[in-house]
Amino acid sequence: MEQYMMNLTLKVWRQKNSADRGGFETYPVKNISSEMSFLEMIDVLNEELIIQGKDPIAFDHDCREGICGMCSMYINGRPHGPWQANTVCQLHMRAYQNGDTIVVEPWRANAFPVIKDLVVDRSAFDRIIQAGGYISVNTGNAVDANAVPVEKDKADAAFAAASCIGCGACVAACKNSSALLFVSAKVSHLALLPQGGPERKTRALNMVAQMDKEGFGSCTNTGACEAVCPKEISIENIARLNREYMMAGAASAK
Amino acid sequence: MLDSKIPAGTLEDKWTDYKGHCKLVNPANKRKLEIIIVGTGLAGASAAAALGELGYKVKAFCFQDSPRRAHSIAAQGGINAAKNYQNDGDSVFRLFYDTVKGGDYRAREGNVHRLAEVSVNIIDQCVAQGVPFAREYGGLLNNRSFGGTQVKRTFYAAGQTGQQLLIGAYQALERQVALGNVQMYNRHEMLDIVMVDDKARGIICRNLVNGELERHFGHAVLLCTGGYGNVFYLSTNAMGSNVTAAWKAHKKGAFFGNPCFTQIHPTCIPVSGDHQSKLTLMSESLRNDGRIWVPKKQGDTRKPNDIPEEERDYYLERRYPAFGNLVPRDVASRAAKERCDAGYGVGTTKQAVYLDFKYNLINKYGKTEAGKLGIENPDLETLVRLGKEVVKEEYGNLFDMYEKITGENPYEVPMRIYPAVHYTMGGLWVDYELMTNVKGLYCLGEANFSDHGANRLGASALMQGLADGYFVIPYTIGNYLADEIATKPIPTSHEAFEQTEKAVRDRINTLMNIKGKQTVESFHKRLGKIMWEKCGMARHAAGLQEAISEIQALKKEFWSDLRIPGSINEMNPELDKAGRVADFIELGELMCKDALARNESCGGHFREESQTEEGEAKRNDEQYAYVAAWEFKGESNWELHKEVLNFEIAKPTQRSYK
Repeated sequence: MEQYMMNLTLKVWRQKNSADRGGFETYPVKNISSEMSFLEMIDVLNEELIIQGKDPIAFDHDCREGICGMCSMYINGRPHGPWQANTVCQLHMRAYQNGDTIVVEPWRANAFPVIKDLVVDRSAFDRIIQAGGYISVNTGNAVDANAVPVEKDKADAAFAAASCIGCGACVAACKNSSALLFVSAKVSHLALLPQGGPERKTRALNMVAQMDKEGFGSCTNTGACEAVCPKEISIENIARLNREYMMAGAASAK
Repeated sequence: MLDSKIPAGTLEDKWTDYKGHCKLVNPANKRKLEIIIVGTGLAGASAAAALGELGYKVKAFCFQDSPRRAHSIAAQGGINAAKNYQNDGDSVFRLFYDTVKGGDYRAREGNVHRLAEVSVNIIDQCVAQGVPFAREYGGLLNNRSFGGTQVKRTFYAAGQTGQQLLIGAYQALERQVALGNVQMYNRHEMLDIVMVDDKARGIICRNLVNGELERHFGHAVLLCTGGYGNVFYLSTNAMGSNVTAAWKAHKKGAFFGNPCFTQIHPTCIPVSGDHQSKLTLMSESLRNDGRIWVPKKQGDTRKPNDIPEEERDYYLERRYPAFGNLVPRDVASRAAKERCDAGYGVGTTKQAVYLDFKYNLINKYGKTEAGKLGIENPDLETLVRLGKEVVKEEYGNLFDMYEKITGENPYEVPMRIYPAVHYTMGGLWVDYELMTNVKGLYCLGEANFSDHGANRLGASALMQGLADGYFVIPYTIGNYLADEIATKPIPTSHEAFEQTEKAVRDRINTLMNIKGKQTVESFHKRLGKIMWEKCGMARHAAGLQEAISEIQALKKEFWSDLRIPGSINEMNPELDKAGRVADFIELGELMCKDALARNESCGGHFREESQTEEGEAKRNDEQYAYVAAWEFKGESNWELHKEVLNFEIAKPTQRSYK
C-alpha cells in the first residue's frame, strides 16, 4: 500500500462527566499518515491538546488488536467506523482522504451512561452475564474433556457465537438500543453445547429479564446490530434465543 | 534466606504429597476469611472463581471496565496439556521436560512438574465450562503443534484461544459475583500494599472514574497483574498493561525475580512509523504452516512473489533442520535479527522477514483436500482454492487482522514479520506455594517469575495462568490461612491504612504538581527506545551500563518536567499513565542491572559476550544456574539474592534444535 499524508477536521463529543450536558468540539489534525490506526490519530491529537494546556479526549481502549472489546467510538454515524467486521482500534487511516471531516461520538444508549467524553459505562453487560451467562461447574468437578463428544457443526456454531467481544456496538447501532444480539450470542454459545444443557431454560429467562431491567430496548429485527458487529455475530442467534425463550417460558411452571 | 519450599520426595510425588499434607480451612472458617485479588486475567479470574467457590470472601479488582477485557484475551495460538489424545508419545514427563529445556534450565523442576501435572485438569475444567475448543468430525478435541516441541499437545479455538479461555474464567467469576462470594471492582487500580506486622493485609486503590482513593482489607493479597513488557513502550501487550502493582509490592519488600528475562516473539507485524502505539502479534501457530525466508541477495528490492524459489533463503530450515520453522521463540527471533542486521531484511524499513504460506497452502492442505474429494491431478488454481479454505478455518481471524493493519492480503503475498516484545518470564519471586517473600502476599500468572525459566514455550502462558488460579492457589492459600482463622478483619481506620493512603496521596500530588512541559507518552517512548536498543534482543556490558545512566537521567527529567493535564478527582487517563510510567522507569533500571549481572546467555537473555562460534546462546551453568532475586534497598539500590537451581531429573545440556 502506498502511504500518504492528510489533514482532517475532527468533531468530537466532549462531556466532562455524567452530569455534564456535553457538546461537540472541532479540532483540525494535520500530517496524519495513512498507515496510522484511528486511535493513533487520536493519540496525536491528544498530545497536541496536552501541549496546548487543554484536556485530552478520554476514550476507552486497551488491546488495540480488536479482541478485548474495550474501544467504542461512533464514527460518522456508525459504531467502529466504516469498515466491515472491524473494531475502531483496527480501523486505519487509509479509510480516509485529505480534507475529510470525521464526527466522533460515544455509544448512545440509556443503559450505557457516558462517564466522560467517549467513555461509557457498560457494566450492564456484566450484570446480564451474572444473571446466567455461565455453566455452573465448580473447579475440580469436570469429567475428562473427551468424555462428551460434541458434533463439529454445533461446536463451530457455538464458537462463532462465543466470539462476541462484548463491545456494545450492537446496542449503539440499534435504534431501540436493544442488547439482544449480545444476549443471544451468549445464550446460543451455551445452548449449543451439551455441557450447557442443564441450565438452558433458566439461563434464557434470567438473562432476558436482566436485560430488560437494565433498560435496553426491544428488538424490532432491523438487523443493524449484525451489520456493525466487529465479530460478525449473526442475527440467527436472536432467532435461536427467541426459540429458547419461548420453550423455556412454556415449560416453566415456576 | 530464600526458601523455595519445594516439598521433599521424588519429582512426580511432590505435588500429591503436598496436597495430602497441607493444612485445610474448614468451610465455616473460610467464610470469615477475606482475600484480595488484583487483576482479573486468566490467573486472577480463575483464582477469584475457584476461591469464591470454596467459600472465601473475595474482592477482585481490575483497571479495565470489565474483567473480560484483561489482556489474556489476546493470546491467540493455544494452551498446552499433556493429554496425549493424539497418541504421539506425549506425557506429563515430556511436557515437564520440554518446558524446563525450553526455559533453558532456569526454571524450578518442582514447579514445572506440577504445572505439567495439572495441565490435564485445566482442559477438562474449561470444556466443562463451555469453552468451544476446536474439534474433529468425530466430536473429539483437536490439537496442533507449537514451537519448541515435537508432539501435538496444543488445544485451541481458531486464533482466539485466549479469548475463549478468559471468557470461561470470566463467566465463572461473574457466577461467583452473582452468588455473593466475590465482590468485583472495575475501573480500580491498586496503588499500594498495606502491611500490618510484616504481613500483607490490604491495598490502597484508586477509583479511576472519580479519582478517589479507597482502602480494602484482606487476610491475604493476590497479585495477578500480568507482565511488564510495556517497559519497552512498543510491545504486543495491551496499552494498559503495567508493572505498577508488582512494583509497589517490590518496594514493600517482595523480591523481583529474573527481571531481565524478556521474551521477544519472532512473529509480529513490523513497526511502520514513529506514530506506532503498539505491536500486533501473529500467532506462533502460523509457523506450523508458514515458512520463514529472506532473499539470498542482500538488499533485494523485488516483490516477494517475483523472487524464485532457488533465490530464497529459508534460514531456519537451513540452520536448524530438525526443528526448522518450529524452533523456540528466542532462537527464531535472534535468527531474524541476524539476517536483518546482515542486510537481508525486507519491506520499506528492511527490518522484516517473510512468513510465507503458499507452500503448505498448496502442498499440505490443497493436496489433502483434493485427495479427500477424489480430484486426480488437480491444477494449481484448485489446490490454492481448497488450501485457502482450510487455512481460513485454522487462522482466518489472524489473516484478517494482518490485512486490516497492513493493507496486504496474506493469502496472496507473504506476511512481513519481525520480532517484538511479547512476554516477561521475570516477575515477583514466589515460593512453591506462590507466596512472595512477604507473608500473605501471593503472585500468580505472568506476574510471577516461576515456571518458564529464561524462555517460555508457546501455548504455556495460558496453561500457567489457569494452573495457578484454578488448581494451585486453592490448596496453597489454605496452608497459610489455616493459621489466620483467629485474625479478625482489621478496620481500615488502622494507622497502617492511614499512612499508606497518605503516601499514595502525596505521590499523586507530587506528580500533578510538577507542571512541566513534556507529556507522559514522550517519556514512555524514550524509555522504550533505551530498553529496546540496549536491553533488547542482544545485550552487552557497555550498552547496559550506558542504559542505566540514561534511565537515571530520564528519571530526573521525568520528575522535574512532566506535564499532566486535568485534575486528581476526575477520570484522568494521563495521571493513570504517569504513575505507571514512573514505575516502568525504575523497573527499566533494575532490568538493565540484572542483565548486566548475568554474564551468560540463556533463553531470551542474549549477552553478546557469551555465544558459541556459530552465534548460538551459550549458558554458563557453573556460575549462573540460579534465580536472581532482587531486594529493593532504596533509590537505584538493590541487593542480589540467589536461589540456586538444582536439576535432578532434567540434566542441563546445551540446547540444540539442529
